[in-house]
Amino acid sequence: MALTGLEIFKQLPKTNCKDCGHPTCLAFAMALASGKTSLDKCPHISEEAKETLGAASAPPIALVKVGTGDSVVELGDETELFRHDKRFYHPTAIAVLVEDTENIADRVAEINDLNFDRVGLHYEIDMVALQCVSGNVDTFKAAAEQVAANTNKAMVLICEDVAVMEAAATAVADRKPLLYAATNDNYEAMTALAQKLECPLAVKGNGLDNLAELVDKITKLGYKELVLDSGNRETSQVLADLTQIRRLAVRKRFRTFGYPAMTFTSKDDPHEEVVQASVYVAKYAGLVVVKASKKEEILPLLTWRQNLYTDPQKPIQVEAKAVAIGDVTPDSPVYITTNFSLTYYIVEGEVESSKIPAYIVPVNTDGISVLTAWAAGKLTGEAIAKALEENDMESKVNHKTLVLPGYVAVLSGSTEEATGWKVLVGPREAAGITKFARENFA
Amino acid sequence: MAFSAMKEKYSSQVHTVVLGATKEEGGTRDYTITVGGEGALPFLHFEGEVPHRPVVALEVWDVVPEWHESLAPYFGDVYNDPAAWAKKCVMEYNADLVVLRLKGADPDVADASPEDCAKVVKDVLAAVGCPLIVLGCGNPEKDSKVLPAVAEATSGEKLLIGVADQENYKSITAACIVHNHNIIAGSPIDINICKQLNILITEMNLPADRIVIDPTTAALGYGLEYGYSIMERARIGALQGDKMLAMPIICNVGHEVWRSKEANASSEDYPAWGDQANRSILWEATTAAALLQAGANILIMRHPKALALVKQNIEELMVPTSFDD
Repeated sequence: MALTGLEIFKQLPKTNCKDCGHPTCLAFAMALASGKTSLDKCPHISEEAKETLGAASAPPIALVKVGTGDSVVELGDETELFRHDKRFYHPTAIAVLVEDTENIADRVAEINDLNFDRVGLHYEIDMVALQCVSGNVDTFKAAAEQVAANTNKAMVLICEDVAVMEAAATAVADRKPLLYAATNDNYEAMTALAQKLECPLAVKGNGLDNLAELVDKITKLGYKELVLDSGNRETSQVLADLTQIRRLAVRKRFRTFGYPAMTFTSKDDPHEEVVQASVYVAKYAGLVVVKASKKEEILPLLTWRQNLYTDPQKPIQVEAKAVAIGDVTPDSPVYITTNFSLTYYIVEGEVESSKIPAYIVPVNTDGISVLTAWAAGKLTGEAIAKALEENDMESKVNHKTLVLPGYVAVLSGSTEEATGWKVLVGPREAAGITKFARENFA
Repeated sequence: MAFSAMKEKYSSQVHTVVLGATKEEGGTRDYTITVGGEGALPFLHFEGEVPHRPVVALEVWDVVPEWHESLAPYFGDVYNDPAAWAKKCVMEYNADLVVLRLKGADPDVADASPEDCAKVVKDVLAAVGCPLIVLGCGNPEKDSKVLPAVAEATSGEKLLIGVADQENYKSITAACIVHNHNIIAGSPIDINICKQLNILITEMNLPADRIVIDPTTAALGYGLEYGYSIMERARIGALQGDKMLAMPIICNVGHEVWRSKEANASSEDYPAWGDQANRSILWEATTAAALLQAGANILIMRHPKALALVKQNIEELMVPTSFDD
């Protein structure tokens, strides 16, 4: 609930002194409301107004950082309930659970290997969550050190016994692990530890009522680097809890819940776990801890996260540069498509699987798909001519035949005219490329 | 500060649609399935009713499909017998209902006649007691001949027939009105066309509670988020009182997922993506789980294991939740 310019104006001195650089207090208020200036530019504002306005202009959900360097994971700082209203910013972090009695080096190597390339994007697991099951201070500490030695990834340390946590957390404090968790029973000591080590702290409640009480107690102790866990593990209840936390923070500016939220999957079957985690990725988890750790289990989850966190206003584009697929020769066919990433990679995948080497020339359509680009006048004979010329296709191949996407067969005439190339109308759907290529180019 | 739950108060709910008709109701089904009716966003039981759980269907084709070999162990023995195939989906794999895709009607496939198509539908109806969804071949011209013939031959069964689009909705709607069926109104990831088509169909006097919408959804990794956001917007619109967006939603999950590279690429060619069999199952199940969170009411699945995972997820999500006022 951001304040409007008028609401801010009421709190200002209304002297129009211009010390802030704006001609009037109202102009300053308007600039503040749209986030174009900051409150400290006004030297005359009262302490009381500063407090009200400061709280209102703080982000509804705090940004909490776990880890260090290139592997730092940013959680929270979300402003929306629905991606279509604007966008989601900080993708749900996925942590894979390791127990301190396992072979740490092997497990961490396996987790390090969970990185994927698809459609020109790189995905990887963000964090390793180390759980103390040994109950032994030395075992947990040694395991934490081993995780730290074997990966740069951010860490979560899971242990409710403060003495056991202290040894491990102190050993790897420079890695800024997330300490899980402060509970009703240990919150004073656990908070003191997090404060001392300057590590983010997870707060585990027993339902949302209890979580709210606990968070208030902890913030009163002066610590605010928090991540919230309602403590529930039933899919439907976790969905309800995550929804409440996000809604109250964003819509009601309920500061108690103004922190990123986390949860754990509860299923034992890794397939069921992935499906359960997909729910939490969709609905508002900042961090999900999973046990699943096979490539085929993690790839769908990370792909779903990537999809959800794309900016709905900004189509993902590829560079409008001709790409050679396979061992091309001057006889290789030339496919035309657009530089909308999704379109391009679907075409690329199909051309690749046709096993007939070819060039793909993505026309710059500002990242929109074939039909939309045609309708918007961005995929035209002239645009195709320009793409062929800029990529110097005439010197790359010894023929002058291009494959036009089937959906824009209507552009055949104007394309032949503008390019001087012969048009071969391809399939409407990329899925037809293999068949088409075998019939025409094999 | 004490926590007090924030509950949205919506003025309206999703329409309910009844699929199938029993003997007493003029059909031959053993039972009917009701979808829709939600008065809250997906599975938020604490602020509104979710009276009918989403249902999952398995796909049956009228011709032998060229499906990935990893599906053959499940259906290979019944690929050439749609009736036996449908039976297997229900009896062995626990599908809530069956989708019969009349692929053979496609002029480029077998160019089956409307009469032949109607016969396959009747065979399948005779083999199973569940409500039936019948999809055309996707060629709008041919579908506008085949689907009315199917509707006539199965008069009174309350099938869910589709997909009707802006081009061919008239003949399909007319047939659904005369022969008492439900219709699927399809739109190309466009909320305005979705609404417009619902208006056109209801203006022909097919009641709104006989329409299910297919907003077009892509597979995970292939633009899933576009359909997801359209569905979320439509559902919010429905709850806020837009009756022409308030139809239950059907998603063609299996069909889309099995066109994706991730479902098909072999473990040998793509070792970095892990095992193909499990990857494809999870690609399908994750796509479905995501769409459930956007408001899907009927999911058309392909792999029995993906179906089982999604059913399990639905069961867990249907557990009631509440917060004190």
